[in-house]
Amino acid sequence: MIFSLLDVLALLPELILVAVACILLVLDPLIKKCSGLAGVISVVTIIAAAIATYCIASGDLAGGSFFADMHKIDLYSVFFKMIFYVATVLVMLMSFQYVKTKDINMSEYYILMLFSLTGMMILASAVDLLTIYVGLELMSIPVYVLAGFKQSSRKSNEGAMKYIILGAFSSGILLYGISFIYGLTGTTDLAGIAVALKDPVTSVPALSIAIVMLVAGFAFKIAGVPFHMWAPDAYEGAPTPITAFMSVGVKAASFAVMVRVFMVGLEPLYDQWVIILIVISVLSMGYGNLVAISQKSIKRMLAYSSIAHAGYALLGLIAGTAEGVSSVLFYMAVYAVMNIGAFAIIILLSVNGRIDQLDSYRGLGKTNKLVALLMMILLFSLAGIPPMAGFMGKFYVFKALLSQGMVPLAIFAVLMSSVAAYFYIRVIMVMYMKEPDGEFKMFKPACLYFVILLTVVVTIWHGVYPTLLIDLARLASSII
Amino acid sequence: MILERLFFILFAVVAIAAAGGVVCFKNPVHSAFSLIVCLLQVAAIFVLLRSPFLAVVQIFIYVGAVMVLFLFVVLVLDIKKASLETFPGLKRWPVYVILPVMAIEFLIVIFGKSFAHMQMAEAGAETTVEVIGLALFTHYLLPFEIISVLLLAAMVGAIIMAKKRWN
Repeated sequence: MIFSLLDVLALLPELILVAVACILLVLDPLIKKCSGLAGVISVVTIIAAAIATYCIASGDLAGGSFFADMHKIDLYSVFFKMIFYVATVLVMLMSFQYVKTKDINMSEYYILMLFSLTGMMILASAVDLLTIYVGLELMSIPVYVLAGFKQSSRKSNEGAMKYIILGAFSSGILLYGISFIYGLTGTTDLAGIAVALKDPVTSVPALSIAIVMLVAGFAFKIAGVPFHMWAPDAYEGAPTPITAFMSVGVKAASFAVMVRVFMVGLEPLYDQWVIILIVISVLSMGYGNLVAISQKSIKRMLAYSSIAHAGYALLGLIAGTAEGVSSVLFYMAVYAVMNIGAFAIIILLSVNGRIDQLDSYRGLGKTNKLVALLMMILLFSLAGIPPMAGFMGKFYVFKALLSQGMVPLAIFAVLMSSVAAYFYIRVIMVMYMKEPDGEFKMFKPACLYFVILLTVVVTIWHGVYPTLLIDLARLASSII
Repeated sequence: MILERLFFILFAVVAIAAAGGVVCFKNPVHSAFSLIVCLLQVAAIFVLLRSPFLAVVQIFIYVGAVMVLFLFVVLVLDIKKASLETFPGLKRWPVYVILPVMAIEFLIVIFGKSFAHMQMAEAGAETTVEVIGLALFTHYLLPFEIISVLLLAAMVGAIIMAKKRWN
């Protein structure tokens, strides 16, 4: 097998990111003096990679497989890659001020994020279990480190420790499942697996074990109950921008690969894996929303809410149709934007010396009308209240579910999202109905305000006019 | 073939016993040596599977490099204290329930329906270094290259974690 220049060209966005990350590693001692330069270079690099991705997707290479059918460039992967680019750029923009105040201002912070982003992109394009596993590790290992980046903080260390140990454990389980699949079907290629599984000879009970293990491994990455144990601690302890990165980037990438594995590779076994996914989805929605009610820390509350959101997004995969897949894509794009916005506001307040406890948001509506208003919009969106994008996300997922006749599941999901409204709206209540503890002087980092305004605008835009994004999602999911 | 099967049973039993020892021994040094025994048995099973290259790699990397690292860690530990310490008051009964259930489940699944009639993944076709090298640089080039990036990222991460950055 001979590789041509086309293979390398197809991998150009990933190569750009890795190359710049390596250059930054070497140049680090030189650029240490001008703080924040590494961040600016990283943002520019990601924009360059996004342009490269766009050019490749609109060129002749679109739709092709490269590197011996291991790397696929299709609309599906491009859609997810764009989510990753936007999420990572926004997270980097909101990090500029944060890393200075928390004394974690190091180039490696951005370099590790570039490596993680590369892993996500590999995952979005991967159509082979081997590439999927390696990409998953490339995405996760830098995030383990980033979660523990605040070396002086006990919580950060504890969260990172839990994350890395449970992460290694879940990788082992996933790998065991992959080895079962390889042993039973004789291939790691997803399309080949689907062909082998259609053969009745292959249907042995051992496949169920393999499916359980694959689901467990992926559910850990999306923080689905009962594989969520690490999430609240890791989310709370990690530097806040990294929390946003974990709850958006890692989750979206895991969904990207999960949908591909289950809808392409294991499609013939739909009846088997859908049951396990329903259990995980129901548990995630129930547990995530109910436990979020009792949280005092906003970061922890958002951690539990992100567990619940994983449950909602799983519903699209459970529907098992092209419509369901497109609703997952739409949900992930919308969720990424609104969640990053909410975390950006937490950072804005923490930069100004407020801790992330619910009580410290008292009276924000009186002292900072604009910030409170923006936070309210984002929280309404997370709760799924029209006309915000979060509502449309849930709407399409539920619609896909109903068109498959899964009514009880849809009713449960709607009930749980009304439970969710309670704890999101409680924050709004605290902001507007409680008296402020005192004046807070706000200094206004331009980057953070840019991120918050952008996310709010996008949230309202896709809530009012979702056609553009849902059409793109439909187009992207048509290949599955 | 009978001799081969006998050897397999021998290696497998010793490997499982050694793996049990890793968990059960109180002294971390004993656990580490037990792990070495276990890994050596696995290497022997690789030889039985006609994969001498994997067997050698297993010995080099796991028995050699990884275990030396383990023993260094054990060296730094205070063994007397470590062997006295038990896990903090965790309830252990779920383990005693879940493990046998899972074990029985696995056995049922594995022996429930014979694999014999199935087209299994080709085992031990050609496993010379040459074939493996060729496969790595042709069919598996992409994952191979990603692993190199992964190792770099992991190394950077490990240094970041270990470096003292605050006072």
